[in-house]
Amino acid sequence: MKVLLSWLREFAPDIDGDPVELGEKMSALGLAVEDMTITGEGLDGIVLAKVLDLRPHPGADKIQLVDVDMGDGEALQVCCGAFNMSVGDLIPFATIGTVMPNGMEIAQRKLRGEMSNGMCCSAAEMGMGDDHDGIMLLTNTIDTSAAPLGTPITEALGMERDVLWDLEVNANRPDAMSVAGVARDLAATLGVPFAFPQHTYTPAGGLVTDEAKIEIIDPSLCGRFIARTIHGVEIGTSPLWMQQRLTALGMRPINSVVDISNYVMLELGQPNHTYDLDTVPNGHIRVRRAHESGEAITTLDGVERSLVASDGVIADGSDRAIGIAGVMGGLDTEIGDSTTSVLLEMAWWDPPSISRTIKRLNLPSEAGTRYRRGADWGENMVRAADRFCQLIAESGATTAAGTIDERGTTPDRSPRPVRVAKVNGLLGTDLSSDEMQGHLTSIGFEVAASDADTLDVTVPTWRWDTETETDIAEEVGRMYGFESIPKTVPKPEQNGALTPYQADRRAVRRALIGAGCSEIQPMPFLAPGDLAKVGLPEDGVTLTNPLVHEESVLQTSLLPNHLKAVAYNQSHRSGPVRFFEIARVFLPSPESQLLPDEREHLAVAISDAEAPAAVEMLDILDRTLALPNVQLRPSTPAGMHPTRSADVVIAGKVRGHVGEVDPAVAETYGVAGRVAWLELDPGSILDGPHGNRRYSPISKFPSSDLDLAFEVPDDISAANIAGALRKGGGRQLVDVALFDTYRGTGVADGARSLAFRLRFQANDRTLTEAELAELRDACIAAAQKQKGVTLRG
Amino acid sequence: MSSYDDLASQALAEIEQADGIDALDALRPGLFGKKAALTEAKKSLGQLDPEQRKEAGQALNAARQQVEVAFETRRGALAASARTEALEAERMDLTEYLGSASPGHAHIVTQTRDRLEDIFIGMGYSVAEGPEVESAWYNFEALNIPEWHPARGSFDTIFVNLGEPEEVMLRSHTSPVQIRTMENQEPPIYIVCPGRVYRTDTADATHLPAFNQIEGLVVDKDITLGDLAGTINQFVKALLGDDIETRLRPSYFPFTEPSAEFDIRGLDGSWLELGGCGMVHPYTLRACGIDPEVWQGFAFGFGIDRLAVMRYQTDDLREFVNNDIRFLKQF
Repeated sequence: MKVLLSWLREFAPDIDGDPVELGEKMSALGLAVEDMTITGEGLDGIVLAKVLDLRPHPGADKIQLVDVDMGDGEALQVCCGAFNMSVGDLIPFATIGTVMPNGMEIAQRKLRGEMSNGMCCSAAEMGMGDDHDGIMLLTNTIDTSAAPLGTPITEALGMERDVLWDLEVNANRPDAMSVAGVARDLAATLGVPFAFPQHTYTPAGGLVTDEAKIEIIDPSLCGRFIARTIHGVEIGTSPLWMQQRLTALGMRPINSVVDISNYVMLELGQPNHTYDLDTVPNGHIRVRRAHESGEAITTLDGVERSLVASDGVIADGSDRAIGIAGVMGGLDTEIGDSTTSVLLEMAWWDPPSISRTIKRLNLPSEAGTRYRRGADWGENMVRAADRFCQLIAESGATTAAGTIDERGTTPDRSPRPVRVAKVNGLLGTDLSSDEMQGHLTSIGFEVAASDADTLDVTVPTWRWDTETETDIAEEVGRMYGFESIPKTVPKPEQNGALTPYQADRRAVRRALIGAGCSEIQPMPFLAPGDLAKVGLPEDGVTLTNPLVHEESVLQTSLLPNHLKAVAYNQSHRSGPVRFFEIARVFLPSPESQLLPDEREHLAVAISDAEAPAAVEMLDILDRTLALPNVQLRPSTPAGMHPTRSADVVIAGKVRGHVGEVDPAVAETYGVAGRVAWLELDPGSILDGPHGNRRYSPISKFPSSDLDLAFEVPDDISAANIAGALRKGGGRQLVDVALFDTYRGTGVADGARSLAFRLRFQANDRTLTEAELAELRDACIAAAQKQKGVTLRG
Repeated sequence: MSSYDDLASQALAEIEQADGIDALDALRPGLFGKKAALTEAKKSLGQLDPEQRKEAGQALNAARQQVEVAFETRRGALAASARTEALEAERMDLTEYLGSASPGHAHIVTQTRDRLEDIFIGMGYSVAEGPEVESAWYNFEALNIPEWHPARGSFDTIFVNLGEPEEVMLRSHTSPVQIRTMENQEPPIYIVCPGRVYRTDTADATHLPAFNQIEGLVVDKDITLGDLAGTINQFVKALLGDDIETRLRPSYFPFTEPSAEFDIRGLDGSWLELGGCGMVHPYTLRACGIDPEVWQGFAFGFGIDRLAVMRYQTDDLREFVNNDIRFLKQF
């Protein structure tokens, strides 16, 4: 919502002061200033000029040559990037040497070989609104007999210095969607008087009740409907001052009737609609919901729209829909150039109803925004109707006597009790009931003290969203000033802490970072087909309204995005990468559950590396988390290398996969070389027992090392042999490590040599040669129990 | 007597001439061995008469000691110079370094998030998490945003194809975690909920459809708006420094009442909006089975990514999700 200082002062003449400070006051009231402009200033050097000729620029398509006359009858050439002018148009023209409001100085210069002697100005360039679209055309607004060519533009337009604030108005402040509402707040905080000016008109002709009839069929839709009929309307342009204000507040002037409609809405926050009375038989209007069977209407934008039963409809006496309530009027009853009689609608619509229709039809509008936030259903409606009639009377139109004022259902506004202690307890203040009363009445709440501890508060009709004790407490706080509330810090009795899972997750991150892995956080979106490319079922949850098709599926595995990440880095010659990620995957919803099976996965991808690199990461995690009994069971998980992958089995349950990405899959993603891959479900792992570390005493006696090499068939795992050795060595075997593997001469085909270093040590004595020999034999025997395993000489 | 001095002088001369440890050690038998002159001289002491013997013995001992000291001193000097020479010979240019060890890096969002979590843990909060795919109840309705509410549109929600249309969505804020916590935990509640949230924002330098928020929730007895202001002030100072000021400005969120934006003022004096906050709306407390006449609370939320941008001065949010090692390794 934009407001002008001059307009605010029509309601509170004593609003005054430094524009920045006034802006701060409004921000502190919850009307955040997004932008501030001083208008009508810094326009020295801009004069009224006339377009004499328009020619293409010989060397450029996007600019044209314009000859203007600034009053001396001479044709002055300028280059101009706008194309909305016609010969004969009146425009604001910045002469050479003018410093524009944005600080740019106009100089004589050559553009592609053509001289430019000034600048034709848009409204935005002059600090008058947002319209950058073209040069401001003044042909219909300025009478050159009063303001000849060359007149300074401020004089020609009757402009005075003013301040324009652009305010961010929250959805609970329908009242502040108007100049008057902002003035009320600002006046209250400044402690200056606020009043609505009296705007009267003289009725003439017949009675409105003879010319129109309003029937509210559905009172839950329409809380109030005020109608007037106006005759002798001439559609033309509205007065210059009105056009300037509309322009400043961001609305484009249209014609004398539409402009008044918008002006009243901006000034008083009361949207309204005008019908060509001659197109509404007998001025008869029925307000109802759309028919269950469905109906259609062509709205004034020329689009035929079908309505559903929840939509509000304005129908004529024959029940034909002539408007969508609160959202958009119909084409058939629209004001046109030939309109002479107008039916004015000032209505209050049920906000949820309007909101649903706006959303369904995607038809946001200035009026709709006000209705859906809850317009005023009180005397402001009559005031707005009066203001409309008074403004239109200035152009000679007359309003029939009387007012049609039909009522439906409006919110209950009987006084409600507000506990002083509750308000103070919520705000952290120590205000008396008198102080609270002062703050509330300053913005139009009616307050009666029922006793020292309770206030009876009547919430004004312009605050649809304000209802409860808490809402009212907020108003007290707002007017008292949030910045005045003392800052305190609550002291919880419990300690803050990470959950065990969160602490473990951090430990995992640290361990992987220590192992040289960098964390990535790709978005969890996949393209359709990404899952199939890694051999996974395409049952990822899909998005209804994805931003792009390539990001329309939620990941069920971290593999596709990691392969994309590896390929991306390879394409930038960034060398081998080690990435890890802990992120959500979204598996299909289990039976009778609405939401997907969402869990956190941990993945590690190492490019240019074979499977053991991933196993090493698993080993690091094993040691970081002290996992119980981690085993690798050869398998072929989706997307992984058929002969170099395994299930990760922890305490008997499959908790993930480790190995290498299937080279064919990697290639599909544009990845060169091998990728070692580990993907785990840490949630289920950490749900189980882990982290159980117990001290084992360190022996004070010497240890003995022994190397043993076995020929082991390929189908028996090294882990298997190590396990057998442990079994054979018993308690005295304190360490087993694979230190060499060998295939080739001297070893049978289909087998390899595995060399282990064994360390023996007892806690209570030095092991004797005889004991060591016995342990050696036991280890060898245990290993050789596996079929085909033999000790190498 | 003088013969001992001569012997000593001769020995000292030999020691002095030895030009290395090996050469010196080679002298040892000749100086101190069985056949060494000084040893022989000791043997011949017995032939002297007792009176002379004592005097001669002392002189001989003095000579021998002198030689021994000279020998050890010389040996020490030679060893030191040998060591120096050896060290000199293995001189290294430490920048002649072929190592390629590269440590991994935590993502800057994680670093920022951990930092925030730690500050709040220090203030007595726990860290709560919840699903990223949510139902309309948790994302909207329990938060006092009914189906028709204009605020729904402002969340620019990404919906997923589950349930009825617009019934399931990627959460558009972390507030659903508040609801889940209040449903499952009796007050007092002191939590922060960090995590990813989603909106239909086209990715550009300052927007991502998937970004990170952190939200705080306190529900306890006698919690006030002043407590909210003080809490924000405390964590901002812990995060950004003691000289940063904070303020609340009235605002609107359906799930808090009163609602506010909170601003910080940096050293340049300008105010910057950091996030939204407010007192938990009685509707929301009731929706979670908490009696608003007994308990009151506040909530606040803000963007983690934006803090990361402020801290590390990055200029394009898309780098956060682009997986480029050249970006990741900078932090």
